[in-house]
Amino acid sequence: MNLNGIDLPKILVFSTEKISDPAVDMAGLLKLHYPPRVYTIPIPCSSAVKPRWILKAFEQGFDGVFIAADGTDCPYGESCTDKTGAIVQRTHNMLKEQGIDTARLRMAAICSVCSEAFVKQMKNFTEYLVKQKTT
Amino acid sequence: MKSKIGVYICHCGGNISDYVDVNKVRESVKEIQGVEISIDTMFACADSSQKQIAEDIANKKLDALVVASCSPKLHYPTFSAVAERGGLNKYNYVHANIREQVSWAHSDNKEGATEKAIKVVKSAIARVKESVPLEPIEVKAQKSIAVLGAGVAGMRAAKELADLGIQVYLIEREHFVGGRISQLDFLCGADITGKELVTQLYEKIHKHPNVTLFTGAEVIEKGGSIGNFKVKVKITPRYIKDECNPEQLQKAIDVCPVEVEDDFNFNITKRKAIYRNYDSEYPHFPTIDSKNCTRCGECEKVCSSIDFTQKEEIIDLTVGSILAATGFDPYQPKENEFGWGIENVVTLPQFRRIINMCDNKLIYKGKEIKDIAYIYCVGSRQVEGDNKYCSRYCCTATLYTSILTHKKYKGIHSFHFNRGIRTYGKQEVIYDEASRLGDIFLQSYEYDPPVVTKVNGKTNVKIEDLLTGGKEIEVNADLVVLVTGMEPRNDCSIGDVLKIPKGRDRFYNEIHMKLRPVETVIDGVTIAGACQGPKNIMESMNSALSAAAKSYSIVNKGELALEPIIAKVDKDTCVWCGKCAEACPFDAITKVNANGKEIAEINASVCKGCGMCLPVCESDSIDMDGFTNTEIESMINVLAEN
Repeated sequence: MNLNGIDLPKILVFSTEKISDPAVDMAGLLKLHYPPRVYTIPIPCSSAVKPRWILKAFEQGFDGVFIAADGTDCPYGESCTDKTGAIVQRTHNMLKEQGIDTARLRMAAICSVCSEAFVKQMKNFTEYLVKQKTT
Repeated sequence: MKSKIGVYICHCGGNISDYVDVNKVRESVKEIQGVEISIDTMFACADSSQKQIAEDIANKKLDALVVASCSPKLHYPTFSAVAERGGLNKYNYVHANIREQVSWAHSDNKEGATEKAIKVVKSAIARVKESVPLEPIEVKAQKSIAVLGAGVAGMRAAKELADLGIQVYLIEREHFVGGRISQLDFLCGADITGKELVTQLYEKIHKHPNVTLFTGAEVIEKGGSIGNFKVKVKITPRYIKDECNPEQLQKAIDVCPVEVEDDFNFNITKRKAIYRNYDSEYPHFPTIDSKNCTRCGECEKVCSSIDFTQKEEIIDLTVGSILAATGFDPYQPKENEFGWGIENVVTLPQFRRIINMCDNKLIYKGKEIKDIAYIYCVGSRQVEGDNKYCSRYCCTATLYTSILTHKKYKGIHSFHFNRGIRTYGKQEVIYDEASRLGDIFLQSYEYDPPVVTKVNGKTNVKIEDLLTGGKEIEVNADLVVLVTGMEPRNDCSIGDVLKIPKGRDRFYNEIHMKLRPVETVIDGVTIAGACQGPKNIMESMNSALSAAAKSYSIVNKGELALEPIIAKVDKDTCVWCGKCAEACPFDAITKVNANGKEIAEINASVCKGCGMCLPVCESDSIDMDGFTNTEIESMINVLAEN
């Protein structure tokens, strides 16, 4: 599948079962379209994403990885935002070491009603990744 | 690793198969190693399909199950129960969401949707291959429920739950109970008034030992999770002592110099800063409107029950479930919308208050009203506005109001400018009665609505009437009544606190309107009444009973069977660095000695399965069932394939 002759980028989304997944579901319910090569793996909390899973995704050919973070809505506690931020920071350092563009790993808080925000993030991220492929 | 996997792919009528080539999905997965059968089905959730899946599990000795259908929020419990009925452990079942996250999300791209569906199903197969059987963890659930909103739905739910032995905290933002129904002096199809209905319900909950009522109170924070929510409630002062003198209080109301618009009467009258909406209102004490009170002290001079020393309070409650019944707001017409702004144009809620205030003659702004033009669907079924929905109650309410005006006053002529009358069910008899009383019905399409103008002191309503073949008909009305529909509450801050999703109509959204009609995606939070969408009183009561039953089912046993998805430590590789214990927000991890070395140990009853300990472990010695490296990485491998 391609966009203007460019292979549509593949994005892996780590989405949380209680908070961001309802928003992703609602985006579908509302028929808010986003690129179809966005694949979601549900996880309990965004602070549970292991850097090795992110690295694995890049190694296997994903163009981008997006962590749909619980932010302040995390049912497990207020520390989630900082902890998810720390995971991203640590993984960015690992990506730098491997010479991978750190902007290919993104994180944003997606609450249970943030369907439009999620769709916007996916469209922007896809645009960015397409641009990287063409330059 | 599982080697006899059953894969079932649902068409969901056409919700999936209209956009996803289900046959192609089935063909793409049938040869995968370990897949014993792959079948597509029109409705996987149908009883016959469930039975077939359970029989296949038993007869073909399947060791794992994948169902690709709608969101797991909707049918994960259904199919995990099917797995159990077939003899499988339910944790050997994986749900693939190919509706909300595939067919609906990519209904603009069938090729892309099909490609994505294939990968989503393949990744589910990869995950289920690595799954292991687990047993649920039992946790305590508080046998208490917070009911938000003391309108008829909230009070009905509170009464029902209290009768079932549950401690109910009924939390009402206003200082009086009853909500919108207390503004109604007549109810269609009932022998009692709205106020009497509120009184009946209040008396039941007021005397009930299991109900604690908070008025002037709202939930400002929610923490915890299903079975054990921690809510913070802010209670604003009433400034009236509990033991008060009714005569002195009336004097206090009389002497109050502040007059403001009375929102109870939809701003057609004024009220004082110390007020009660009507004499029999509950609780019986008036309240002081702190936003408008000037603290002039006049009331204190004549009434010893006034107490300005009362302070705002914050209290903490622990509840097992939360039932939200926070109601609706009537639609407020925009300037010039169907003549809104002309002096004799009012809304239906205002008109009903006017009828309540006029005994023998119907008088508004000093003029007797004889000719009344009702304009329907104002703020509902909008062509250009956001409110595309039908507000359901208004056709019946208007016709019943019209009938009442005929019965109460002489010489009334009613003209109904409608877009098709929707008096569904038994309410049709109201339509029939209004017709027999001589009411005139004029109908238009939504794109050609009636026009209201003021000409020579008369308010004129003009329509191209469908029922007379498009003939232009004009009515000079003494009063134009805009039949306004329901809208979500303007102040929906409670929805933000509870994080309840909203639908396209901006009302709170249930998981499924037929299958899970009162549950929200926030586990343990149910919704009832008109906060969920336009409803009449009977429908609100029914949904309140349904939500009460659902919330009750969560807390009644005093314990909940929770997912046994908890962290586990690899004793061989753990070298205790303590970072997992630091990351755990529940203090579920402790240091122990095992075979001569210090390692981390997880307390299974305390661990909530958040996984915060997973990424901080430098030796990668912590995993979580369902989210192990093997499971997640096998999914990544499949999803990344070209």
